[in-house]
Amino acid sequence: MSRRAMLILSCIAVVALACAPLLFSSFTISLFNYVGIYALVAIGLALLTGVAGIVSFGQAAFVGVAAYATAWASALNGYSPWLGLLLAIVLTCAVAAVLGAATLRLEGHFLSLSTLAWGLAIGFLFGNIEGLGNFSGISNIPPIRIGGHALMKSEEIYYLILLIVVLSLVAMYNLLDSRWGRALRALRGGNVLVESLGVNAFQTKLAAFVIAAFLAALSGWLYAHMSRFVSPASFDAAMGIEYLMMAMVGGQGSLIGGVVGASIITFLKNAIQDYLPLISPNAAGQLEVVAFAAIFIVFLQYARRGVVPFIAARLPSARPTTPASAAALDMRVQPKAGAPLLKVDQAMRRFGGLIAVNAVSFDVRAGEIVGLIGPNGAGKSTMFNLLTGALKLDGGAIEFSGLPIHGAPQRAIARAGIARTFQHVKLRPRMSVLDNVLLGAHGRLQSGIVRGMLRLDRTEEARARAEAMRQLERTGLAEHAFDAAGSLPLGKQRLVEIARALAADPTLLVLDEPAAGLRRNEKMELATLLRELRADKLTVLLVEHDMEFVMSLVDRIVVMDFGSKISEGLPAEVRADPRVQEAYLGGVA
Amino acid sequence: MTFDIAAILAVDGIASGAIYALVAIGTVLLFSVTRVMFVPFGDLAAFTALTLAALDDGKTPGTVNLVIALAVLAFAMEALALVRAGKMKMLPRAALFYLVIPIAVALAVRLLAPATPPLPVRLIMALALIVPVAPLLDRIVFRPVADAPVLVLLIIAVALHFALVGLGLLFFGPEGVRTQPLTSWSTEILGAMVSGQTVCIVIAAVALSALLYVGFEFTLTGKALRATSSNRTGARLMGVRPARAGTIAYVLSSILAGVSGLLIAPVNTIFYDSGFLIGLKAFVGAIIGGLHSYPGAAIGAVIVGLLESFASFASSSLKDVIVFSVLVPILVWRSLVSVHIEEEDEE
Repeated sequence: MSRRAMLILSCIAVVALACAPLLFSSFTISLFNYVGIYALVAIGLALLTGVAGIVSFGQAAFVGVAAYATAWASALNGYSPWLGLLLAIVLTCAVAAVLGAATLRLEGHFLSLSTLAWGLAIGFLFGNIEGLGNFSGISNIPPIRIGGHALMKSEEIYYLILLIVVLSLVAMYNLLDSRWGRALRALRGGNVLVESLGVNAFQTKLAAFVIAAFLAALSGWLYAHMSRFVSPASFDAAMGIEYLMMAMVGGQGSLIGGVVGASIITFLKNAIQDYLPLISPNAAGQLEVVAFAAIFIVFLQYARRGVVPFIAARLPSARPTTPASAAALDMRVQPKAGAPLLKVDQAMRRFGGLIAVNAVSFDVRAGEIVGLIGPNGAGKSTMFNLLTGALKLDGGAIEFSGLPIHGAPQRAIARAGIARTFQHVKLRPRMSVLDNVLLGAHGRLQSGIVRGMLRLDRTEEARARAEAMRQLERTGLAEHAFDAAGSLPLGKQRLVEIARALAADPTLLVLDEPAAGLRRNEKMELATLLRELRADKLTVLLVEHDMEFVMSLVDRIVVMDFGSKISEGLPAEVRADPRVQEAYLGGVA
Repeated sequence: MTFDIAAILAVDGIASGAIYALVAIGTVLLFSVTRVMFVPFGDLAAFTALTLAALDDGKTPGTVNLVIALAVLAFAMEALALVRAGKMKMLPRAALFYLVIPIAVALAVRLLAPATPPLPVRLIMALALIVPVAPLLDRIVFRPVADAPVLVLLIIAVALHFALVGLGLLFFGPEGVRTQPLTSWSTEILGAMVSGQTVCIVIAAVALSALLYVGFEFTLTGKALRATSSNRTGARLMGVRPARAGTIAYVLSSILAGVSGLLIAPVNTIFYDSGFLIGLKAFVGAIIGGLHSYPGAAIGAVIVGLLESFASFASSSLKDVIVFSVLVPILVWRSLVSVHIEEEDEE
């Protein structure tokens, strides 16, 4: 569906939902209210779990923190619920920031287990604090008042919930479509990838975590003032997994899936409560959780992708429009050809007892193509990772444009103007080729989270899209701009990586075995492209195995073997060097 | 806090730590072989305690019906899979493992229960009844998604825990139980009373860990399990069947969970839902030990036991809050010291 059709459909849906109180009973409307309240949490989880790949069992605890905060402020201390909202948001986001800062560096399942642990700890805390009513909770929470009118009936608070859910959805969709959202979507590709694009992976995760907690805080505030009562049971571990279930049933990574999932689970639960007593009158309560868990397990076994992606795959998709031309992004001033650009001085790197790179020194001057070659295990890739900051030096120094870069984080090196590609292609296979290339421009754009949510980033985005399109044309990929990156053959994927690197407007392009796995004519096309880049004043350093490819292309060659540099010079000199022949052929007979 | 109190708390802590250690070792074993974080281990321990309590009273434990129900379901799934794959010849073997043996055990317990046999027999009956539960659950719940990412398996395990708690309430009822201690003998060490039960607990934990160590290091099956844990595909190429290795791991770790249930039953009052906290505390211990090391898991579990014991002295209502809060800094420390292997997500 085109964006316009989506917009019209969404408007119809919102109008239909606005009319719902005229059509349904109070009870059904109160179910709708619960759907909305749960959906807020599930939307946050869709962002956190579905998009960023951070599985959290602890969202219920955030809802609880917010609900208790507003209950404490309004029911126990007599402040306005609106002040309660402020307190709820500030407190929940602060708790999330602290927990996130402590745990978001953890690996996948360690991270999830820690969410389970602090989720439980916070849950236990509610029940054991005297001032918060222990296990019996806090009752007599006042309703929300708007302009002197109290939102007592479920039909009244319904509109407030609807408004908040719709606004949240719009903001989150905008956000995913922004510079920051792209970085978030790239997170699942691993830290090395996103950091090489100049993205701070940890900060991005932390921001996503706090945003999800913010949505949970809105949910908790609405919950407290709608049910007018809070107790620890509403925020326990079971509820935590229920939220996760909503997000997953709706569809991994689909924001609207959060709403769909919350609806399915809420109505399903209601139906189970209605019908189980008919099947088993005595054990209905016990069976409810069993039936529920069983349905979830079967879902995870057979339909893990969720409802929304399943439906979306069956809807016609509109051809996205090619980005219009826009003012170009600011460009770096490239150094004068021949000026020293990269200086590696006595670089050392050990892995345990093995010296992978042993006192290697070489220079790269602006405007040349330098090849780094050597047999397997020579230390080329390690050298490469040292240059780009993926590994730290054990000794020696690396200077880029006259500034030391060893010890700097990967993203700082990327932003300084070194753009790289990977030996094993690292693209986001489900994102379009255009989006993948846009990721490369991350460091050249400024828009942050708030601008993204409010869609104030459109001028900059248009310029970025035009730039990405220009790089795709430069690499001959324009016709594939809207294909999923994973659908292209390997040769084209390597070119997408180069286009992505070019989108960063680098001074130095470092390519890790760009010709590996390419067919002969693909290699020739690649060589032509690299010559064109050199003509455009770009400097290229490449690691490569293919001698024919390297010899015909590069200006100078550095040869490594067993971690040491054994030769350096023009291709013809290197070819004639007996040490190189020995390294490759095992000695001259 | 005087030295006497500290000694009492330490003894208490070591006893519960030893119980967590058994569950923690089972967790590590199962995680390394199957990549499943089997959250419901604690539930199995609690179910064993409830089973033993029912047997003590000469009643038929709810586990009998649970095992029969699971056996029927597991066999139905296995039979369907075999018929679909056209491997009819394997049906009798599947029937033996998934249907005949578990149901025979269940029926035997049912027949024997009213006679209230002596304690050692009751212990064996309870253990025999609990051991088939996890392998059957494996067949029903995890086998269809054996190659799913660790996180999906974890979510399934958490969901399974909730299903088991519901079933626990259904089969055992809401009453808590506490069984007779295994022995009434007691002694004094460093001024603290140490009950025979505590000694039993520690001995059982040490003996079972040692047995596992020997089994893993010196038998072919143990080596096959280790091979599966380090590389599934590689092990498969060497003729090890991951599903079979998984079943063995489930049986072994069920025994550990069962024994810990038998040992904890006289110490704490156990309810149908007590297992979650036992399991999670064992988890905390396993994680302190790094999730791959058995001695590490055991030591981690003892640390958790001690922590809990001293925390309950400081504030009995907040002891669980303290134990789980401690996990967060531990995880952070672990993530700093462990070698980070970057893995790309499935899509």
